[in-house]
Amino acid sequence: MGIKPSTPYGKDFGGCGLVGIIDRSGGSLSGSMVVSSLCSMKERGNGLGSGYAVYGAYPDFKDSFGLHIMYNDISAREPVEEFLKTRLRIKHSEPVPVKKLHSMNTPPEFWRYFADPPEDLDVQDEDANDDLIVGVVMEINERIDNAYVVSSGKNLGVFKGVGHPDEIAEFFRMQDYKGYLLLGHTRFPTNTPGWWGGAHPFTILDWSIVHNGEISSYGTNKRYVEMFGYKCTLLTDTEVVAYLLDLLVRKKGLTLSAAASVLAPPFWKNIQDMEPPKKDYYTALRMCYGNASLNGPFAILMGFDNGILGLNDRIKLRPLIVGRKGDIVAIASEESAIREVIKEPEDVWAPKAGEPFIVKLKEDVTQVRST
Amino acid sequence: MKIDSQGMHYKVLNQKINEAVIQGITDIELFNVNGQRYIGDGLRKEVRINVHGVPGNDLGSFMNGPVITVNNNAQDAVGNTMNGGKIIIKGMAGDVCGYGMRGGKLFILKDAGYRVGIHMKGYKTLNPIIVIGGNAGDFLAEYMAGGVIILLRMFGRNDHNNIIGDYLGTGMHGGTVYIRDGIDKKKLGKGVGVSEPSAEDNMLIEDIIKEYAADMGLDAGKILNEKFEKLTALSTRPYSKLYTY
Repeated sequence: MGIKPSTPYGKDFGGCGLVGIIDRSGGSLSGSMVVSSLCSMKERGNGLGSGYAVYGAYPDFKDSFGLHIMYNDISAREPVEEFLKTRLRIKHSEPVPVKKLHSMNTPPEFWRYFADPPEDLDVQDEDANDDLIVGVVMEINERIDNAYVVSSGKNLGVFKGVGHPDEIAEFFRMQDYKGYLLLGHTRFPTNTPGWWGGAHPFTILDWSIVHNGEISSYGTNKRYVEMFGYKCTLLTDTEVVAYLLDLLVRKKGLTLSAAASVLAPPFWKNIQDMEPPKKDYYTALRMCYGNASLNGPFAILMGFDNGILGLNDRIKLRPLIVGRKGDIVAIASEESAIREVIKEPEDVWAPKAGEPFIVKLKEDVTQVRST
Repeated sequence: MKIDSQGMHYKVLNQKINEAVIQGITDIELFNVNGQRYIGDGLRKEVRINVHGVPGNDLGSFMNGPVITVNNNAQDAVGNTMNGGKIIIKGMAGDVCGYGMRGGKLFILKDAGYRVGIHMKGYKTLNPIIVIGGNAGDFLAEYMAGGVIILLRMFGRNDHNNIIGDYLGTGMHGGTVYIRDGIDKKKLGKGVGVSEPSAEDNMLIEDIIKEYAADMGLDAGKILNEKFEKLTALSTRPYSKLYTY
């Protein structure tokens, strides 16, 4: 397989409303919940991209990797399936159920594949399995014409495309899905094309990213992740954040909050005022991972298998607000989006700029899920 | 007049408000508001709008006259470029409140977000006033050119202490900020001077706080029992050298 030619969109570098909802007790939230929250912020997008992530979407295949693949042309299905068979054992495959809408001209086709690593791979070696999947995703995105991987995590389904949040939800039948963690995004593309692959969330393995803003450091970040085998092929800056997280947390072993401090590091002026060992810690993070820091305005939600990380750029150039009632925590661009799904929140607050807000499933819930 | 705003698009809601104002109705009460933008924008009549729920961004922008009371939190850009009237928020408010504000009053009970009062200005008899009962984020009073901001730090969330931001008053070249109970000098932006309020300043503070306390149902005496510090611009043209070619 040769490398695909550049796309008809011409540009290959990067540029919204977002929401994340989690039930910390691991209970099922209806897909409709994130849709109504997101639709309350319809004004933030312009119909050129919306999408959803549902964690807990596929309980019947929860231990297999779920690959959602988008075919801009269905002729790509055969080479993709041939290729998948050479790398993975496919347990089950089917078209992603969609409802045809008059408002959508020739949407791509979507298939999903539930697959396991080959038998000769040590199933205990999670990292090797994950590496294998990352390799498969990169190879399809980079080399097979008209095919792009939309999501590749376990028990995770990502549904995205060109349209307003209500259209995309209707198209993908979001009301049919349930999950313990939901993300939603409505897009207002600024620097990059509004195409189906450019809608958020952007994903790799269990990571899914929704983003409001612009990653001005995209070039530096892209070249950095490329050194580790990640390929940015989706023409939107946000994609690189998913790969950065996978690299920093899964490969380099950083904690989530350390990774967040790499993406949005304290200013040198503030590090100068710190006492050791804190001063040494932040200095080391900036020295080692300077190429992974994000410049530009952003509010980002990062979903992972047991929680959500919310992060703003250091000078808060995009909105982000959190609300909580019992075990339900929502984080969104606007408070009204939170109140759309949490009627009387017990608490509402705005996280500080540049400091990660992390919410996870309760510990006992995580243990149950991992057994 | 009462309007149930449940599920109503902002265009429809604002049209109803505008029609009511044209008809001469002076008291408008909005129920079930959630995220509708631009409420009260550009209104030039002395009407009262009472909001139940969380109004959307740009509440009361460009308005000149109305009194808007929000019995809950508000979102971003409250009072954007407002010219006159008053906005009372009985909760917290988001980022960029009072952006480019030219007149009128903006009273916030709890915390305010980042960049509050950025580019605020006064002219002749116009003197915009912002009072924040809680804390404020970074860039408070950035590029401030006129008007008054009073920061109390009394009624906000305590777990974000010191959120009174960095870069306080950066690029300020006019107007006054009064801060109750002292500030961390490290947070001051370049070109900002700290001094003790004069007797005249204290009279102004007292007048504003009495009105604020009455609107919020607070005891003005408790707010005024602590000293304030005064911040002013050291130069009326902080960037004059920067832009000399």
